[in-house]
Amino acid sequence: MFMLRLAKLRHALLRVTSAVSLFFVSTLAFAEYGFNLQPPVTPIAREILNLHNAIMIVCAVIFVIVFGAMFYAVFAHRKSRGHKASDFDESTKVEIVWTVVPFLILVGMAIPSTATLLKMDDVTESDLTIKITGYQWKWHYEYMDKGVSFFSVLATPRDEIGRPMFSSTGFKAGDAKNANYLLQVDKPLVLPVDQKIRFLVTTNDVLHAWWVPQIGIKKDGIPGFINQMWARIEQPGTYRGQCAELCGKDHGFMPIVLDAVSEQDFNAWLEQEKAMMAAAAAGADREWAKAELLEKGKETYDKVCASCHQPNGQGIAGVFPAIAGSKVATGPLDEHLHLVMAGKPGTAMQAFGPQLDDVALAAVITYQRNAFGNNTGDLVQPSRIKALRK
Amino acid sequence: MSSHGSYYLPDPSPYPVITSAGLFSLALGFVLWINEVALGSWLMLLGAAIIIVMMFRWFGTVVSESEAGTYDKQVDFSFRWSMAWFIFSEIMFFGAFFGALFYIRMFAVPWLGDTELLWPGFEADWPTAGPEGPIALQPHEVPGPGQFTPMAAWGIPALNTLILLSSGVTITFAHWGLLKDNRGQLITFQFLTIVLGILFLVLQVEEYVHAYTELDLTLKAGVYGATFFMLTGFHGLHVTMGTIMLIVILVRCMKGHFTPQRHFGFEAVAWYWHFVDVVWLLLFVFVYWFL
Amino acid sequence: MATAATAHHDEHPYGIMRWLCTTNHKDIGTLYLWFAFIMFFVGGAMAMVIRAELFQPGLQVVDPHFFNQMTTLHALVMIFGAVMPAFVGLANWQIPMMIGAPDMALPRLNNWSFWLLPFAATLLLGGLFAPGGGPAAGWTIYPPLSVQGGMGTDFTILAIHTLGISSVLGALNIIATILNMRAPGLTLMKMPLFVWTWLITAYLLLAVMPVLAGVVTMLLTDRHFGTHFFDPAGGGDPVLFQHVFWFFGHPEVYILILPAFGVISQILPTFSRKPLFGYDSMVYATGSIAFLSFVVWAHHMFTVGLPTAGELFFMYMTMLIAVPTGVKVFNWVSTMWRGSMTFETPMLFAIGFVFLFTIGGLSGLMLAIVPADFQYHDTYFVVAHFHYVLFSGSIMAIMGAVYYWLPKWTGNMYNEAQGKWHFWLTAIFFNITFFPQHFLGLAGMPRRIPDYALQFTEFNVWSSIGAFGLGLTQLLFLYIVVRTIRGGKKATDRVWEGAHGLEWTLPSPPPYHTFATPPKVD
Ligand code: HEA
Ligand code: HEA
Ligand code: HEC
Ligand code: CUA
Ligand SMILES: [Cu+2]
Repeated sequence: MFMLRLAKLRHALLRVTSAVSLFFVSTLAFAEYGFNLQPPVTPIAREILNLHNAIMIVCAVIFVIVFGAMFYAVFAHRKSRGHKASDFDESTKVEIVWTVVPFLILVGMAIPSTATLLKMDDVTESDLTIKITGYQWKWHYEYMDKGVSFFSVLATPRDEIGRPMFSSTGFKAGDAKNANYLLQVDKPLVLPVDQKIRFLVTTNDVLHAWWVPQIGIKKDGIPGFINQMWARIEQPGTYRGQCAELCGKDHGFMPIVLDAVSEQDFNAWLEQEKAMMAAAAAGADREWAKAELLEKGKETYDKVCASCHQPNGQGIAGVFPAIAGSKVATGPLDEHLHLVMAGKPGTAMQAFGPQLDDVALAAVITYQRNAFGNNTGDLVQPSRIKALRK
Repeated sequence: MSSHGSYYLPDPSPYPVITSAGLFSLALGFVLWINEVALGSWLMLLGAAIIIVMMFRWFGTVVSESEAGTYDKQVDFSFRWSMAWFIFSEIMFFGAFFGALFYIRMFAVPWLGDTELLWPGFEADWPTAGPEGPIALQPHEVPGPGQFTPMAAWGIPALNTLILLSSGVTITFAHWGLLKDNRGQLITFQFLTIVLGILFLVLQVEEYVHAYTELDLTLKAGVYGATFFMLTGFHGLHVTMGTIMLIVILVRCMKGHFTPQRHFGFEAVAWYWHFVDVVWLLLFVFVYWFL
Repeated sequence: MATAATAHHDEHPYGIMRWLCTTNHKDIGTLYLWFAFIMFFVGGAMAMVIRAELFQPGLQVVDPHFFNQMTTLHALVMIFGAVMPAFVGLANWQIPMMIGAPDMALPRLNNWSFWLLPFAATLLLGGLFAPGGGPAAGWTIYPPLSVQGGMGTDFTILAIHTLGISSVLGALNIIATILNMRAPGLTLMKMPLFVWTWLITAYLLLAVMPVLAGVVTMLLTDRHFGTHFFDPAGGGDPVLFQHVFWFFGHPEVYILILPAFGVISQILPTFSRKPLFGYDSMVYATGSIAFLSFVVWAHHMFTVGLPTAGELFFMYMTMLIAVPTGVKVFNWVSTMWRGSMTFETPMLFAIGFVFLFTIGGLSGLMLAIVPADFQYHDTYFVVAHFHYVLFSGSIMAIMGAVYYWLPKWTGNMYNEAQGKWHFWLTAIFFNITFFPQHFLGLAGMPRRIPDYALQFTEFNVWSSIGAFGLGLTQLLFLYIVVRTIRGGKKATDRVWEGAHGLEWTLPSPPPYHTFATPPKVD
């Protein structure tokens, strides 16, 4: 009986708040200044927006009442207006009232919050599972049981960001910035609409958090553990988000882009991806020329390694060692191979063996051994990496 | 000495600021030392030396003030309140490590065991050194490479429990001796307490040597090793401090510093010793016994 | 009734030795307050670096690694260097005078608590000059990121240990003083509220500073001695750090606010010329807040993947804190109700506090709602929340306290017009700085980033302009304080018409030693 009434109350509350929130969404979200949460595209995100608007309004009302009273006193009960002080200093009755009333308001807030939370935490009966792995500073997406996986990194060019005054490289103003500045990636996560998608979140190094505001979910990735969340996207479109847990130097440069497409488009895309992955695997078996390796190596280096070791190979003193003149990159090849493939535990230097394919690894190591004034002349063939993996 | 009413207010003193400088040198040296920077260990030595000298001077001053009768009942109460609550803060310090142990055992390890996708085949049994650490030896297994043996409860640890418990009794006898003004009883039992404290420490060292040389149980042996050594290690450190304090008090007893009415120094150390004792009981139960 | 000991000839040293060796609570209070003031400027200067970089999209001023060091150190310096020492300084000056004690209970220990601080600050800031720079993992130093950093993180850890020793000793001293040194007749339930809030704060300090010391010790051994507390490969868990850290961290935020509540509860009755409304319930509310603060810590961790039951428990408990805090706010408003108010600078700061702190409190309540927090967490909405409670809460209360008691301490009145200017500029610039951050957070701007997407530009410009104004305004504060110390209109003993309490029975400035024989309170 009690529960029934609560449910009714909740519905009424929700109806009022969704009306109010509709107003907010329609008038504010598209203004130049974003004043409120981004427009939701999943049922959960919508519930959160309603909840948010409801509690915000309750808080605002409390605020206005309390400070209405206070400012009335400030204006009316001032000495300069000749107001004489009374000397009352307690009243059990009002004390009880302003303990109990806020408590009841809080209960009213807790009920819809609990309901939404229970829905969010129910990850059963999903149609598709995506495993998300955070790396410094990129995302890896794996479509479970679909044989497709890839990395996704920031696509905004360095020149657009610019170089700060107090840095080793000296000031350089950033170029004109495009509309999706810092929110664009080389390869977006593609997802079908109207399916319950389960996300498994983890990381390979430090903490990261995967967050796309419009689909209303945010979860930390914890190395060694897996967190779960889910979303059912209702509208096709491109949705952008960012890493939301401090993960080191390039935490601000780790965006998420998600393309929600129809189910047919999604399936077509999957097939295309599979074909591309097969083609890349085939490349490992042939002999590569030096120029070809260096070109591919530079590409990989700039995309994967340069965020730490810097585009010019000079690193950052005390934090990331230089590749130029590095003992490892100019010393015995085996050590270099081992370091890059296995990483160095306890430092930011990750194991790239599992991350990069044979060609990319061979190319980037070749590149490091022949660029920035490192003139070892060594060539590493993809086949060597392939052999090493066994 | 100046007089501001009955409550004793010490004159300006250089000890605190010099002690702070010593602590700074110790901390700075320590940071340099763990980062393998030259001079680190020298700075640490210097810092430690300053602190030790200052402690001698500072406590020496306190003792002579106390002997000169400058502390009235109210000052005595200030000491009591602060010692009692200091011990409370120490309990909270151990609480952090116990909390870590409970969290690891009750949550982290079982969750790792459930994370089949990342740690295939990992069995979440305590004790464990984690999915990539050495494997805990089961009873009656023959040790092989990549294995460690958990510490057994019913050897040295049980003996040490007995020792510490008895030391709690002996220090109480010493206290009774003090209260009855029976100096013989006081000094004998205080001495016995110290012997037990030292015996405990010797056995603890013995246990560590055993762990490192024969059991492959080290600080690096995953969370089991980490929690084991950090908890028992900090406890051992406190026993060491406690024993030193007991010795100082013994010397003061022999000098006849305390009276049946006034002996806060003795009581403070006794409280501390009981606290160390209780922590050990918890350790014995949760670190050694319930595996 | 004031019993300033006049006859005795203290041979206390002069010059630098006076300050190094002092055992006098007033001297030590002064040292604490100046230390806090300097640290406020250091931390503020770091905030200026942050705001300068965020003035425009793109990287203009510092590189991201240095930006992270600024964020980290800004917070550590403000919390451990500015707010906490400032409150201990106020406690040192005021508690003995308010309870009619000759000094703090343990004067030498008192000196030690202070003199640990400059050394700790040196360690903390010294990290900046180490190879690899200072700590860059945020003030919460979460592993595994904090395991990666260079030597700066070790400096921070050792600095935290030192600060912890200082806080624990300071807390012991305050507890012993309050419990043991009250003038005869001053029962617990007659103590001024500032004393009460500090008593409770001292217990919070004792309970949580050792826990912080413990958890950073585990971090240190993970970094250098091969333990695996926070490394899943060895069976540990990075989230363990967060649990233990926030077990410290949440009570810590009440350590930063309860003495402020105390200050406000002194100032409002004075300028309303009316006794504090609901004294008893104020005391119980403070106690309840302190108690609840131990069971809400995981509200900082809603996104780490806690079990549902855990999220619900921590949500409910966190929401409950609004009840006792609400009681305090209502009591303050009722204190002003039908008073006879005047609006000298301390009163302005107190009213500003009640008003702005409540905004921060209400946004805190929103953060407690788990599903909504998934959207707020680690965005500028959180940054806005905690600057409302920390700056317009703690810092503005401290400023109010300084204006309120400075005439007592120095014997001189500050310049009222300048004080008012300081208040209004601070309040206005503060809101320009931090109000837009609510919108930034809601619109999706994460915190701890040196550069941002274009749709966040306008509000960041506002925020940066506000911040520069806020910073410059504080130079005025410095000027006013220095001017007042050096001279000005003489203050009377009571200073404020409506002031009550033992400290106002003393001359202004009070003699070096006061209450050598305890006053009688009835
Ligand atoms: C002085 C410091 C201070 C204070 C007092 C508070 C007070 C509160 N805080 Fe805040 N908080 C911080 C400092 C502080 N906080 C900091 C520094 C962080 C960020 C740390 C970091 O990550 O770096 C943080 C973060 C933080 C979070 C985590 C956000 C996130 O990271 O996702 C949460 C979540 O629950 C929270 C909640 C609260 C609540 C419920 C209160 C309550 O105590 C507020 C209670 C007050 C009121 C509610 C207003 C007055 C009441 C009334 C007028 C009565 C009527 C009201 C109702 C019935 C609604 N805080
Ligand atoms: C008591 C605590 C306290 C105080 C007082 C402040 C004060 C200020 N904080 Fe604070 N801040 C924190 C505690 C505090 N902060 C915490 C805990 C964090 C989280 C850190 C983390 O994420 O790890 C944080 C993070 C934080 C951020 C987010 C950084 C990020 O996420 O990357 C920002 C950004 O705007 C900011 C700004 C400011 C500003 C502008 C002030 C201003 O109020 C400062 C005003 C004072 C001065 C400026 C000093 C006085 C004047 C001078 C020095 C003269 C020179 C002046 C000029 C040149 C103009 N702070
Ligand atoms: C997230 C940061 C990061 C990224 C990305 C990164 N590295 Fe490193 N790298 C490091 C760190 C930190 C070290 C130093 C490890 C140590 O302490 O010895 C290092 C060390 C090295 C060294 C040894 C240098 C020396 O002289 O000690 C080589 C070679 C190297 N990395 C190659 C690479 C390659 C190839 C890539 C990309 C495929 C890469 N790194 C990407 C952080 C990174
Ligand atoms: Cu990844 Cu922040
Ligand atoms: Cu909190």
